[in-house]
Amino acid sequence: MESIFSPQQIVNGLQLGAIYALIALGYTMVYGIVRLINFAHGDFFMVGAYAAFGSFFMFNVFLPRGNGLAFIVLILAMAAGGAIAVLTDHFAYKPLRYKPKLSSLVTAIGVSMLLEYAFSAIPMIGPSPRGFPEILPKKMYHFGSAEVSNYVIVDLAVAAVLMIGLTFLIQRTSLGKAMRAVSQDKDAARLMGINVDRIISLTFLIGGAFAGAAGLLAGLTYPRIQPYMGILPGLKAFIAAVLGGIGSIPGAVLGAFIMGIAETCATAYNSLLGEGIAFVILIVVLLLRPSGIFGEKTADKI
Amino acid sequence: MDKLKSLKLLMAGLIFYLIVQILSAVGVLNGYFMVIINRSLVFVILAVSLNLINGVTGQFSLGHMGFAAVGAYASGSITTLIFKLSPHHPQDAVVFLIAIIVGGFFAALAGFLIGFPSLRLKGDYLAIVTLGFGEIIRTILNNIPAVGGPRGLLGIPKFSNFTVIFLFTLGTIILIRNLVQSSIGRTMISIRENELASELVGVDTTKYKVLGFVVGAFFAGIGGGLLAHLLQIAHPTQYGFYASALILIMVYVGGIGSLTGSIVAAFSLTFLTEGLRVGIDWLRDTVGIPIGTEWTMVIYAVLLILIMLYKTEGLMGMRESSILVIKEKQG
Repeated sequence: MESIFSPQQIVNGLQLGAIYALIALGYTMVYGIVRLINFAHGDFFMVGAYAAFGSFFMFNVFLPRGNGLAFIVLILAMAAGGAIAVLTDHFAYKPLRYKPKLSSLVTAIGVSMLLEYAFSAIPMIGPSPRGFPEILPKKMYHFGSAEVSNYVIVDLAVAAVLMIGLTFLIQRTSLGKAMRAVSQDKDAARLMGINVDRIISLTFLIGGAFAGAAGLLAGLTYPRIQPYMGILPGLKAFIAAVLGGIGSIPGAVLGAFIMGIAETCATAYNSLLGEGIAFVILIVVLLLRPSGIFGEKTADKI
Repeated sequence: MDKLKSLKLLMAGLIFYLIVQILSAVGVLNGYFMVIINRSLVFVILAVSLNLINGVTGQFSLGHMGFAAVGAYASGSITTLIFKLSPHHPQDAVVFLIAIIVGGFFAALAGFLIGFPSLRLKGDYLAIVTLGFGEIIRTILNNIPAVGGPRGLLGIPKFSNFTVIFLFTLGTIILIRNLVQSSIGRTMISIRENELASELVGVDTTKYKVLGFVVGAFFAGIGGGLLAHLLQIAHPTQYGFYASALILIMVYVGGIGSLTGSIVAAFSLTFLTEGLRVGIDWLRDTVGIPIGTEWTMVIYAVLLILIMLYKTEGLMGMRESSILVIKEKQG
């Protein structure tokens, strides 16, 4: 059993968890505000990875590999993720906002298919996987029995900085106050003079930007990108958000780290279990505690 | 009156069957067209059975191909095994029929298992659970060496032909239509329209929701079995999330709750797929524009989004063709 829960597995799990956390935050924020499971969210992550791929080769012409270049690539990946999220909301979700929820859900599946197949249909991108460049020179450090590369530190640091920034935005600024108000009661928020549509766009922007950042980190860590790379991480991040309690921001982060560690440890035990553990967790959570760890129990309105 | 209506559907089916057989005998429909027609009929089974779950009962399944996979693998394993033991079994057809039905029952069992969590879940959560269920089935199939693992189940005997598939399709349509327009079907519709209200008037909503899943899964298993014996292979990738989404598109394009719509959409979208494939091949090989077959799915996705945005109720809405209605208004 030692090898399954070794420090190495925990480090790998934390690294994977950081990526899941950035995706899960977008799911949970969007769900908190518009009550929609944004099926296309995993594809915003994929768009971010390709944006990082493209901008690296664009800027590597006149900048050497290193922190400066990595920072520019991060900003562009976040911008691409945020832009595609805002566009999706504007063209596909906004017209359906006051229709039955299932029509938005089906539209979201359509958007997800559109992004994946459009990316594999465009000749410049194509369906086959591409190797992701080493944007930062890779270094290895040894901590006891665990091997830690600087990518682990980068992944965790980027995720931590973004999450602290988000917490600050939501808890300490008037914009964050407006976001909290909209998630509690859209109509009352509108009566208080909050521009609800703008807050929803902003939520999609932040969620998409975080997914874009996760795309860059995933490309860096598991250096292969392809148009369908968003499906599984998207699903697992969603399950992480459900585990933490959908709508809750600390819940999404905690759920993502649990999910990351559970997945790496389960994969070390048995690869079939590793593939299926996320869905096992989902079914157990939904049966035992559907509101998740931090979720509030809501009664059905009669 | 009732008998006349049922007769009308049988007659319509018979006319369709005869037209196809005659055109095929004359040579207007070559083997290629027959393959597309067979596929369309299988998709009719899958779409109509999904419509029972998503449209009539108002639940949401995103893992319909998971049920089809259970049926395909179960029936395919049975026939492949028997075929290996005795290559010229005197009662091939009987074995095949039994295998297809057994596949349906296995799928129904899976539907029962997945219907259970649906008691506590609604809408989007249910979508995720059924999606997860489909993925679990695919993962399991991918990891069982006895059914080929990632290679897929190969060497399934080719038992499905136009007549067999047609009979199963007609049977599925009649049975599901009768179910929908019986008191059971009306109960299911009441759950879709307002679950709380139907519970308050004494409907055992749990029972009917699970029943919807079980019956829908049974026919999906039959569809999967027919498909496996048509293509002579069952492969895990055939039954992934996007295959399920394709069936979902058929149901939504045709009109949620309308069996006519599902039938029309299954046929037109299968033909559209082939038409687009031919068109894309032509553009690539003759005109010289380098485009891939992925554009077919791009067009599907755009079609789905446009239907949801501008015609949410689908092409047929909730209307049914008159030959699919058992009883008109009383009086």
